[in-house]
Amino acid sequence: MSDDHGHHPTALTEIERRARALEELLTEKGIVDSAFIDAVVEAYAHDIGPMNGARVVARAWVDPDYKLRLLADGTAAIAELGFGGAEGDHIEVVENTPAVHNVVVCTLCSCYPWPVLGLPPNWYKSPPYRARMVREPRALLREMGCEVPDEVEIRVWDSSAEMRYMVLPQRPAGNEGATEEELAALVSRDAMIGVQRL
Amino acid sequence: MGGVASLPRDNGELVFDAPWQGRVLAMAVGLVQRLGLSWEDFRARLIDAIADHPDRPYYESWTAALEALVIDLDVAQARDLSERALHIEP
Repeated sequence: MSDDHGHHPTALTEIERRARALEELLTEKGIVDSAFIDAVVEAYAHDIGPMNGARVVARAWVDPDYKLRLLADGTAAIAELGFGGAEGDHIEVVENTPAVHNVVVCTLCSCYPWPVLGLPPNWYKSPPYRARMVREPRALLREMGCEVPDEVEIRVWDSSAEMRYMVLPQRPAGNEGATEEELAALVSRDAMIGVQRL
Repeated sequence: MGGVASLPRDNGELVFDAPWQGRVLAMAVGLVQRLGLSWEDFRARLIDAIADHPDRPYYESWTAALEALVIDLDVAQARDLSERALHIEP
């Protein structure tokens, strides 16, 4: 992250002014303060991200009981590993199988399971992704480098006010002896959104 | 940014393109938490802000949604916000 004050000493853009005005106001009203804001920014920049979701996925791969709990109540099973908080009240985990490939979108805005995946990437928030993933998922996935075999059904999950989705990818073959930690390292953010197959 | 052609395949992108983006994100989280609101209160305004200007940069819509929530909650009036913005020092 860059220090914009150092690089642009003279002018603030209009949007920077509006952001600063909001911060000043909310601070004056005692609703948020700069320490709170700093802590949230720091957390999403460094501590809350796809590495959390990867741990959930790896646990589900090695522990069948955990997997059952995860698919039955994602929020609760994710909380077992210590993850929760903003945008995480209702997380549903959808499982990829040999017959089904799942992919997640938010057509209206940018809903996303923050506690397990962090903040969404820019493309997830872009109008083309939001529109096309519903209309032509197979073609869009192919453009993104994710080839889903024709015989595999694609299910598109549109995030709503009530529900955020995370994909449980299939465990790649050939790592039977791997530890949970080694397995977690195989899991990418994109696989948990459903735009990549492991 | 934004075109399908530029869809990245790795995890290496920055979370925020500029510091103000992180700050408005955190303000929305804080406002919802501290006032005991539902995230839906913010989300509904974000959906409207995006629908009003579909091609506007994402965090500008986020900021507009935050302003709308602040105004609707009577924490401030629109005029307070615009006057404050005019007088912000670099």
